Amino acid sequence: MDVLELKGIERTYRTGAVEVKALRGVDLTVGEAEFLAIMGPSGSGKSTLMNILGCLDSPTAGQYLLNGQDVATLNRGQLARIRNETLGFVFQAFHLLPRTTASENVELPLLYRDEQLSWKEIRDRAREALGIVGLGDRLDHTPTELSGGQKQRVAIARALVTKPRVLLADEPTGNLDTRTSLEIIELIQRLNDEGLTILMVTHEPEIARFAERVVILRDGLIRSDRRRTPLRAADSLADWSEESEDAMDEALGDRMETETTPPLEVGR
Amino acid sequence: MKISAVPYVALKALRRNTMRTLLTALGIIIGVGAVITMVGLGQGAGAEVEEQVNRLGQNVILVFPGERQLGGVSIGGGSANTLTVEDAIALREEIPEVVAASPEVRSQRVLVYGNRNWATPVYGQSHDYLQIRDWPIEDGRMFTEEEVGRAALVTVIGQTVVQELFEGSDPIGETVRVRGLPLEVIGVLAPKGMSLMGSVQDDLAIVPYTTGFQRISGRSHAMVLNVQVYNEESMDIARAKITDLLRERHRLAPNQDNDFTIQTQEEVAQVATETSRVMTWLLASIASIALFVGGIGIMNVMLVSVTERTREVGLRLAVGAKGPDVLLQFLIEAVILCLLGGLGGILVGVVATEVIASYAGWPALFSVEAMVVAVGVSAAVGVFFGFYPAWKASRLDPIIALRRE
Ligand SMILES: Nc1ncnc2c1ncn2[C@@H]1O[C@H](COP(=O)(O)OP(=O)(O)OP(=O)(O)O)[C@@H](O)[C@H]1O
Ligand SMILES: [Mg+2]
Repeated sequence: MDVLELKGIERTYRTGAVEVKALRGVDLTVGEAEFLAIMGPSGSGKSTLMNILGCLDSPTAGQYLLNGQDVATLNRGQLARIRNETLGFVFQAFHLLPRTTASENVELPLLYRDEQLSWKEIRDRAREALGIVGLGDRLDHTPTELSGGQKQRVAIARALVTKPRVLLADEPTGNLDTRTSLEIIELIQRLNDEGLTILMVTHEPEIARFAERVVILRDGLIRSDRRRTPLRAADSLADWSEESEDAMDEALGDRMETETTPPLEVGR
Repeated sequence: MKISAVPYVALKALRRNTMRTLLTALGIIIGVGAVITMVGLGQGAGAEVEEQVNRLGQNVILVFPGERQLGGVSIGGGSANTLTVEDAIALREEIPEVVAASPEVRSQRVLVYGNRNWATPVYGQSHDYLQIRDWPIEDGRMFTEEEVGRAALVTVIGQTVVQELFEGSDPIGETVRVRGLPLEVIGVLAPKGMSLMGSVQDDLAIVPYTTGFQRISGRSHAMVLNVQVYNEESMDIARAKITDLLRERHRLAPNQDNDFTIQTQEEVAQVATETSRVMTWLLASIASIALFVGGIGIMNVMLVSVTERTREVGLRLAVGAKGPDVLLQFLIEAVILCLLGGLGGILVGVVATEVIASYAGWPALFSVEAMVVAVGVSAAVGVFFGFYPAWKASRLDPIIALRRE
């Protein structure tokens, strides 16, 4: 069965007298365990689409079926429950709680579960999720004590901790360097291999190559929807460490030699 | 939402902003502390007043000239001239329940001894006045009935006068002058401390009323009759008999009102405790204003905090928090803040009461009710002033909240 189904989705923003049609009739069907990249120029409506998919925003027209259920029929509380249990959302800006440790950030969605988990269970699941993203040794670090890539991993762990069916990631690599981006993509591919449906917004074609399906938005409409065999991020990472790092090492080494100056004589 | 997570999340949020939490709680600390201190002091003062009324003497009835409202506690300064020395003598001699009666006049006079002088209230009283007041002599003796009869020029003085005029040397047998009259000091009163109204009771001189009325005060009528009754059971009978006797002596027709007012020691006490209760309430309401201001402080901080934490709220909503969860979180935050402040306030209040009471020489009284009420009120303040910001937060739209910088 299809996990997500969009039919003629429109979203119009009204700011005073000005109307902006961010989405103008999007039809999209995403199946179980697909890894889909959404691309498009800035302002084409990618974030708007993700917000609607994430039940954070509702369309002005059209129908959105999630697991066969029409989202428009749900009330605020039911939507909150879907955000909590079915969907995992990764924001471009991380949105971690400041001065709060990684594990507490990851625990957050579990606190809002309807069923009552024990504190031990909550702790264990947060630790497990951080383990999956490779941060098992950073449980007690606060966001200021983490690198950008690590923060994004915490955000992914937070999205995973509820064991969602769908992971929605709005530019998860937007703030990261190429190497860290590859690591995040490698993680996402692994999760996808395990059966998680993934929709990821990106504006970098190199990143989109790792998805099996690429949808391109322009002016609120889908302009292209293609499938192909994706690259494996794990392979790229392996290549990376041999070529790029060696090259960088050499370049740095040369410069060190030429720029080395004798130490200052300090008179006594 | 997980129930035990509500206080957990609220506490975490408060801990993330320790400084702000403390400063906000300070408003409540001051408010609750003020309430507890004020109530404690008011009650301490009340207890002190009661204690002093008891020190007035045993089974005492005061007869004032003219008609007075009960509640005019101000003893003395009788406006009407209706009570005479003869009235006092008649009370003592004709009513068996009356064991002592002293006609009193009071006037502020300058006492001169050598090159020193001191202004003090000089009282004219009868020989049994000290018995009525239950006031012992420390040194020397009280004047006798015989001395009263012949208007002897003698005086018994209080501790303050001894200090001011004699600077510690023995005053017995010395002569002080009042309006040119030489008075021999024959006794010194034991110290008595502050009076109901806060004046120093030891600052006085007592002379026989025969000397005091015309020659010192220049008055012919008594300002008050101090009467002592045999025992407590006889108080009501004595009161009735005094009324009858005085009406008869003053030749009042049955339709005429009394031209005097009788107050028992108990009534004086009632008025005094009533006054101190009113004071307590007054102080408590002033303190409540402080608490109210503290509450507004909480509301202000919570509002700022909701605005500041819009993104946090947005994120919580995005990961599945429901409106009521957010509402509850902010509400509990405000309540915890207030309860913290309440407990701190109790601590501050207890210390402040202890310190002030020890300076004022009052007993420090703490009422558990005041503490319970103060903490209850502070929790209510938390709910009341926390609700609007909390409700505002719970109404936020997740994406709008997340987008806000
Ligand atoms: N809250 C809003 N109010 C009004 N207009 C909005 C709002 N959010 C988005 N828009 C408009 O909708 C259009 C699509 O915005 P959206 O954020 O979806 O673009 P995007 O594809 O995510 O762009 P980017 O790659 O820069 O993130 C833009 O023209 C934008 O100005
Ligand atoms: Mg965007």
